Amino acid sequence: MSRRYDSRTTIFSPEGRLFQVEYAMEAIGNAGAAIGILSKDGVVLVGEKKVTSKLLQTSASTEKMYKIDDHVACAVAGIMSDANILINTARVQAQRYTFAYQEPMPVEQLVQSLCDTKQGYTQFGGLRPFGVSFLFAGWDKNFGFQLYMSDPSGNYGGWKAAAIGANNQAAQSMLKQDYKDDMTREEGVQLALKVLSKTMDSTSLTSDKLELAEVFLSPSGNVKYQVCSPETLNKLLVKFGVTQPAAEASS
Amino acid sequence: MECVFGLVGNGFAIVVADSSAVHSILVHKSNEDKIMVLDSHKLVAASGEAGDRVQFTEYIQKNVALYQFRNGIPLTTAAAANFTRGELATALRKNPYSVNILLAGYDKETGPSLYYIDYIATLHKLDKGAFGYGSYFSLSMMDRHYHSGMSVEEAIDLVDKCILEIRSRLVVAPPNFVIKIVDKDGAREYAWRESVKDGAVSTA
Repeated sequence: MSRRYDSRTTIFSPEGRLFQVEYAMEAIGNAGAAIGILSKDGVVLVGEKKVTSKLLQTSASTEKMYKIDDHVACAVAGIMSDANILINTARVQAQRYTFAYQEPMPVEQLVQSLCDTKQGYTQFGGLRPFGVSFLFAGWDKNFGFQLYMSDPSGNYGGWKAAAIGANNQAAQSMLKQDYKDDMTREEGVQLALKVLSKTMDSTSLTSDKLELAEVFLSPSGNVKYQVCSPETLNKLLVKFGVTQPAAEASS
Repeated sequence: MECVFGLVGNGFAIVVADSSAVHSILVHKSNEDKIMVLDSHKLVAASGEAGDRVQFTEYIQKNVALYQFRNGIPLTTAAAANFTRGELATALRKNPYSVNILLAGYDKETGPSLYYIDYIATLHKLDKGAFGYGSYFSLSMMDRHYHSGMSVEEAIDLVDKCILEIRSRLVVAPPNFVIKIVDKDGAREYAWRESVKDGAVSTA
């Protein structure tokens, strides 16, 4: 019976639910996971790469981490083609703000403007919602480092640690257990990699299944977005003991 | 004729404006306040076409207030100045406003600042600036006597020197001036310099 309400994104079911929005969230549950952790000196984003075919030639070094502006980056879980549209609008919004005020856009305003777009697709009919969840990592002069999570309904919130994508509930509860206030960025990386290694299906973690990006302040006081190279990432995995160094030697 | 000027001192900025409402050769009023308190820590001193001046400064004031309501954080003085410039620049190619603005503000991070924005959307960050016929005299006085890190007393003394020079050298000098100040404690009126009192308006 509830199928009657499935095809219309903007119509409530008799139980007061929006099925298309829930299905969008379901779609994200199957996508590669991403974890974000807020530390006192930066924000850490870790993502699980799903496409690992050796034949695939990608132009960008990252698959699910995107720089929005000099001071904001995001990690994506969900339908990538949908995400590309939203990332583009986010970049446009950030530049429009800079054009108007000659200042970087406050992180929450950027997240909010994007979530307004997402929300619109759950209310104005004929179209499906965006099947994308985001983790936004950024820094601004008012509130310092920030981490936000958003879902297809257009909801967002600020988090100290958050997980989206496959197994996000398990990851979230592990983060809740192990997160400590005033962690350093390195401890943040360690925790993120540990949690992801336990929630991912694959048995051994390698750099080609992972990506790591960080937002932090350089010694000169500028905001920096840095993507970790595969070599450095492999060293980190060994250092934190989430993978066997032997696996690297044998390959 | 119109005289608007301002300067930045140690921990504060001061703006001064004449208070004459003039039409052709007639003075209609000599207690017109041409300095708007934009928000808690910003002042806008404007000269130009009277209707445009009121319309545009109110438009900016309301938009700055809207930003604060929406985002819970105030605009910095620099952001407000750039926003104002942008609005003037967009209007310039449609139906331009004939308004010249001195925007003074105080921010926690950057301290006091003064921005010069003219009707063709030029933006400059300055330590001292002026608009109108009075600028020929007030700029000269400030060039001679201004120095960085002035105290409030020194700055007011310089402002009085400027007003004296305008009154004694400008044929069409306005009689009255209003002085406003912005510092860490906010934007507020500082004093009036009046040589003519407006007659009290009798109630109809």
